[in-house]
Amino acid sequence: MASGTELTPTSYMAHHLTNLTSSVGEGAFWTLHVDTLAMSILLGVISFGFLWWVVRGATSGVPGKRQAFVELAIEFIDEQVKSTFHGDRHAFVAPAALTVFVWVLMMNTMDLLPIDIMAGFYEVFGLHNWRSVPTTDINTTFALALSVWLLMIFFNVKVKGLFGWIHELVCTPFGKNPLLWPVNILFNLVEYVSKPLSHSLRLYGNIYAGEIIFLLIGMWAATGLVGTLFGTLLGVGWAIFHILIVTLQAFIFMMLTVVYLSMAHESH
Amino acid sequence: MNINFTLFAQAMTFAIFIWFTVKFVWPPLMRAIENRQKTIADGLAAGERGKRELELASHRSADVVKDAKQQAADVIAQAEKRASQIIEEAKVAAQDEGNRILTGAKAEVEQEVFRARETLRQHVADLAVAGAAKILHREVDAKTHADLLASIKAEL
Repeated sequence: MASGTELTPTSYMAHHLTNLTSSVGEGAFWTLHVDTLAMSILLGVISFGFLWWVVRGATSGVPGKRQAFVELAIEFIDEQVKSTFHGDRHAFVAPAALTVFVWVLMMNTMDLLPIDIMAGFYEVFGLHNWRSVPTTDINTTFALALSVWLLMIFFNVKVKGLFGWIHELVCTPFGKNPLLWPVNILFNLVEYVSKPLSHSLRLYGNIYAGEIIFLLIGMWAATGLVGTLFGTLLGVGWAIFHILIVTLQAFIFMMLTVVYLSMAHESH
Repeated sequence: MNINFTLFAQAMTFAIFIWFTVKFVWPPLMRAIENRQKTIADGLAAGERGKRELELASHRSADVVKDAKQQAADVIAQAEKRASQIIEEAKVAAQDEGNRILTGAKAEVEQEVFRARETLRQHVADLAVAGAAKILHREVDAKTHADLLASIKAEL
């Protein structure tokens, strides 16, 4: 909780929605959200370290429970990619999809941590503003979506060649007729702009909204004992429902990544 | 909702994690899974092959049993033929042996009859001599009348 000042709903919300920033240069742009960065790197290191640790000792014989779990996850991703992407998926697309799914899932899952208890926990380390969920930071979702967007362009050029890609931008989807060229270009432009926007904002919106709801439910605790109990019930309900959202959004983000990358590989 | 340098930092982090997964996480596990799939496929193929071989073996064993039965029947038939042949031969040999024994016995009987007749003849001669001696009331010298006695003996 914000110490010292009087606690109002606004200050409560603001406290939980303020990043710990660090300036790395002149201007508003050159700031880093230290909490977002640290949490995402920590989660990534934990999850991919775990995967690496399991995979290093992987046996092709009878797998242990730990390996079976990892295999289950990886084969699930592999199946999804196989049904969408028709190329050598093992070279890049499938492992990239695994990275996206596991990382986004882990970052989303942080949303289920009890916000006020975590705030108290961070306070112990003197971290007054510390947000646990990296995907409620639009920088994270945009970073992921724009990376996928760049990969999309990279694979477009790699598979079709620069000229092939430009040809596609100019001549599809309506036709080769020069009169249709401006329409085609406009259409593709809209598509190329909307893809990263919808990709990133969908994830950001869902998880951010989830966090806001948790905060609103948390405010029931300010109304006394009955309110606290009621808030607890609501919190449990929302948390259980949120498990679905967390997983679903991670899955959707991964599937869109795979779909965008496979579209980049296929000619119209 | 302010976009700042965090975006680039996160993108960099993302790139590193993708690189890590592509390089270190995905290939070893896929290798392990593919190896296992191959092992299972091989096992299934081996099972299928085993089943086929069993079928062939059972066909072969049925053939062998049939052959053996045929051979046994042949052996029995041959043995029966040979047995009847041996019996025939034995019959012929027994017949011959019987005939020989019969011939020997006949010869022996004849000899015995002859000998008995000789003895009988001797006795009759003796009796005749004794009778004559009694009739003549005198001793007939056997030596003197040997020729006479011999002629009588011959007539008997």
